[in-house]
Amino acid sequence: MRVEVSAEVPAQPGARKPDPVLVIDSITRSFGGVRAVDVAHLEFQRGWITGLIGPNGAGKTTLFNLLTGFDRPDTGRWTFDGIPLSRLAPHQVARRGLVRTFQLTKALAKLTVLDNMRLAAPQQTGERFFGALLGTWGRQEQANTGKAMELLTRFQLDAKAHDLAGCLSGGQRKLLEMARALMMDPAVVMLDEPMAGVNPALTESLLQHVKSLRDDGMTVVFVEHDMDVIRDISDWVVVMAQGRVIAEGRSEALSANRAVVDAYLGSHHDQVLEFDADGNPVGQTAMLVAEIESELEAAIERGQDLSA
Amino acid sequence: MRPVGPVRSPDGARPDNSGFTRPVAGLLRAVLGALIAIAALTGLAAPALATQQPPHGTSSQPAPPEQPGLPVSGTLRNVDGTLLSGVRVQALDASGQQVASTTSNTGGRWELTVPTPGQYTFRIDRQSLPPGVTVLQGEVVRDVAPGTLSLVVFRFGAQRAGLQTSASATALRVLVDGIRFGLVIGITGVGLSLIFGTTGLTNFAHGELVTIGAVLAWTLNVTFGLQLIWATLLAIVAGAALGAATDLAIWRPMRRRRAGLIAQLVISIGLALALRYLVLIYFGGRSESFADYTNQVERNYGFISITDKDLATIVISLAVLVGVALLLQRTRIGKAMRAVADNRDLAASSGINVERVVLFVWILAGALAALGGVLFGLSELGGTVQYEMGFNLLLLMFAGVILGGLGTAYGALLGCLVVGVLVQVSAQVIPVDLKYLGGLAVLIVILVIRPQGLLGSRARIG
Amino acid sequence: MIDIASLLANGIAALVGPSAIFFALLAIGLNVHFGYGGLLNFGQIGFALVGGYGMGIAVLYFGLPLWSGVLVGIVAGVVLALLLGIPTLRLRADYLAIVTIAAAEILRLITRSTSMTDFSGGTQGLTGYGGSFRQLSPFDNGRFYDFYGVRFLGQDLWAICVGWTVVGLSLILVFLLVRSPWGRVLKAIREDEDAVRALGKNVFVYKMQALVLGGVFGAVGGIVFALTTQSLTPDFYSPPQTFFAYAALIIGGAGRVFGPVIGSMIFWFVLSITDNFLRQATAGSNPLISFIDNQDVGAIRFVLVGVALAVLMAFRPQGIFGKRSEVLLDAR
Repeated sequence: MRVEVSAEVPAQPGARKPDPVLVIDSITRSFGGVRAVDVAHLEFQRGWITGLIGPNGAGKTTLFNLLTGFDRPDTGRWTFDGIPLSRLAPHQVARRGLVRTFQLTKALAKLTVLDNMRLAAPQQTGERFFGALLGTWGRQEQANTGKAMELLTRFQLDAKAHDLAGCLSGGQRKLLEMARALMMDPAVVMLDEPMAGVNPALTESLLQHVKSLRDDGMTVVFVEHDMDVIRDISDWVVVMAQGRVIAEGRSEALSANRAVVDAYLGSHHDQVLEFDADGNPVGQTAMLVAEIESELEAAIERGQDLSA
Repeated sequence: MRPVGPVRSPDGARPDNSGFTRPVAGLLRAVLGALIAIAALTGLAAPALATQQPPHGTSSQPAPPEQPGLPVSGTLRNVDGTLLSGVRVQALDASGQQVASTTSNTGGRWELTVPTPGQYTFRIDRQSLPPGVTVLQGEVVRDVAPGTLSLVVFRFGAQRAGLQTSASATALRVLVDGIRFGLVIGITGVGLSLIFGTTGLTNFAHGELVTIGAVLAWTLNVTFGLQLIWATLLAIVAGAALGAATDLAIWRPMRRRRAGLIAQLVISIGLALALRYLVLIYFGGRSESFADYTNQVERNYGFISITDKDLATIVISLAVLVGVALLLQRTRIGKAMRAVADNRDLAASSGINVERVVLFVWILAGALAALGGVLFGLSELGGTVQYEMGFNLLLLMFAGVILGGLGTAYGALLGCLVVGVLVQVSAQVIPVDLKYLGGLAVLIVILVIRPQGLLGSRARIG
Repeated sequence: MIDIASLLANGIAALVGPSAIFFALLAIGLNVHFGYGGLLNFGQIGFALVGGYGMGIAVLYFGLPLWSGVLVGIVAGVVLALLLGIPTLRLRADYLAIVTIAAAEILRLITRSTSMTDFSGGTQGLTGYGGSFRQLSPFDNGRFYDFYGVRFLGQDLWAICVGWTVVGLSLILVFLLVRSPWGRVLKAIREDEDAVRALGKNVFVYKMQALVLGGVFGAVGGIVFALTTQSLTPDFYSPPQTFFAYAALIIGGAGRVFGPVIGSMIFWFVLSITDNFLRQATAGSNPLISFIDNQDVGAIRFVLVGVALAVLMAFRPQGIFGKRSEVLLDAR
């Protein structure tokens, strides 16, 4: 069914989808003169896994930050199920069902795994100052604990429920973050590089979990810079480079796209880096280094000199 | 050397406490004494200086031995430096009875004799003043005792100078005062900002670097008799060494242990507290005066009257700040400092030795703080040094540095200048003991309106 | 000679005395701010000031009865927290630190200003607002009560009883809050604000609630202390007092319900003993310790507190009882 629908969508940037859940229009964001994001039109289809790929610095994470309210765009608007989301604060976006994870996992290390999960449950009476004092939140807490344990079992974290989240491995933290997002019953899950820094043995299991989100009826958008990883599971792939969407389409179709290969692999890709015995760059590599350094210096000259 | 001016902190400024309520009282007295002194000196030093009797000039004072009673004398000098003649000065005893009176001579000098030791009130007869001269303090109560030189200083109105000078002259004077103060804040604030930019540390102990610099210069100057310029130069070297020492002994190990910035911030507060009271133990709670440049009269440059030391403060500050700017802009180490502040990881990966750069930042900040301490004492505190001076300056430094944008060097400078001017302008309209309030209030206002500061970028505040 | 019995008696008096109560309340507030919420309030003494002065001015200047003066003091703490929180709580942690210390200093300068003498009593401060508090005392105000050599004046004993009751109630309140989902959100914010935002919580509101709550504890501390001493003097409310409270909090363990109280008691016990010891050891014509001037003993306590604060933070940020793995403050 999904395959059939996706075959009908034209593989071009900004293509219309039959049932978009998230629609973006002319969103831009600059940092000190550099356009980090500049997307004219982009739609995400409901119920699909959409992979958002592109080289480092393509603006994927910035786009995520903008869509989820963690950053403010210079221009642009976007709607979620027809409701405008622009200008909303991060927590308001999350409450409307658009939940994200982070590239560097934000498992709350000093809370137990179970508390991490229960924290995410929406609309808790005990979360309000006076509600907490009244002490009438016990039953709700019980229900949330039950739901949390179910999800932890599904993500094979139930044995760790009472450990501090700081004790988990990198892959387990990714799983915890995903499970935690599900506590909020989101409509759209946005995963920022869920596979980054994960033991390759765990990658397959993570991918299965991503698929299972879709099978539960959720829309999944995830950022990845390794194209091979997403080929199997994505229903649709959006390619970004230098802040723009340069291509979109089904993953098998994109591998042949010349623009994608160029942008993605970059002009430096096939260049072998050369160093002398002392580790100093030589030849082409030295020129490349000089170029990068002068860019750095120019950025310092231009920018507000000492801001990090 | 005695403190300048008629105002001195009360005796017992050192905490003296035992039991439970005593520590409170002791602390209170220490802080109270110090603050009275600082408020009075900062606010009133200029007129006080203007009317101060030169200590050496009094040695030639004729005190006729055949005359019974005790001589009391003084010189009447207006704020603009002119000597006031023909002004009647009266002495009243405890019951309010006039016991003596005299009139000042052409040199502004007056001298009278009271019959017995005891407490007297000395008063200027306002009727006898030349037109346009106003009195700030026309009544002085003084214990007259045998065997001591009794000098009475009256202060003439600085605030109500509008009678003699035009509004624009006042405005210009306030502006110059503000720029002078702002430059001093800036000299110390640049270091604070650079430390923040390169290491992320909000250094609450920066004020103590300022105090220690000033106290060292004072020690060399007063205790060892070194001329103040040489004393200051040595203090700067010591300040640089102290900056380096704190980095090597405390902050570098903390960074190596990956201590959190909040932990580091609390450590800097503990350090500040310990250092401040070590200075108190060594130096005492009083304001003490430098040996040089204490009694300066304003010179008139046509459009502005200014004392030599204030002028020197401005010139030195400007020269040093231009030097710092050139350092940041032109030299290898300066560029490296900016690169580290811009992006520590990127700088490290492009071959910059970050720890060396940070050490240099501390050396520079320590040296600047020491110089700033001397200039602060010399210009703003009426030539005196005081153990809490650094902490008082610290809050204004923060105000300036945040106003300009925390972590930026040029922003810090601009922000400090604005704060300096603001403090001096606000002193025109609000009570003198609330003078620093304007500078602190701007801190809160700027955080509401533009938290990244004047020159800061949006990304770093979040 | 050192009189060990009197050292201990003084030390035990300090263990439960008004200072321990005052700093316990300040530190309970800081525990909510710093220990649970990760907020850096360096102007806690300013909250105590508005609490005490709010009460004093309400009674003396506006002629309100004492109980409504207490309410005014608490409301003043709430207002101060809102004023400080609105501009800074959206910004990085150190902005709050700078603004709070500046605000505390502003408040002290205003209350001691001669231009405010009619209102706040200037440097003289205020007295005579709390007479009705002493009238409530069941003890004989002028009599000394002896507990195995530890003596308290009746009026102080009354204040101490009231003070520890307030401390107890505050601890119950904190306990109820931190074990609730509300406390869980706060602890999560301390660790990573963005994670909590992404989970749909309004971080700003929680931080503001924490700032107000901790500020109210500070204001209540100021009120209790002002009722104990029956006088308000502006220069008591100086910045180092906040750092004393921080030292007490970190000794006892930040982020633990009883941490601030235990820390405050230990802090004053140790401070009283070292203070008295140094005083005795440096006094007289042939002092035990000759290189310290008797007059400097008061300043030495500040040095000791400062060093203790720095050393604890560097080597035992979890407090003297905590486990290393529980250290909460290494965020950022």
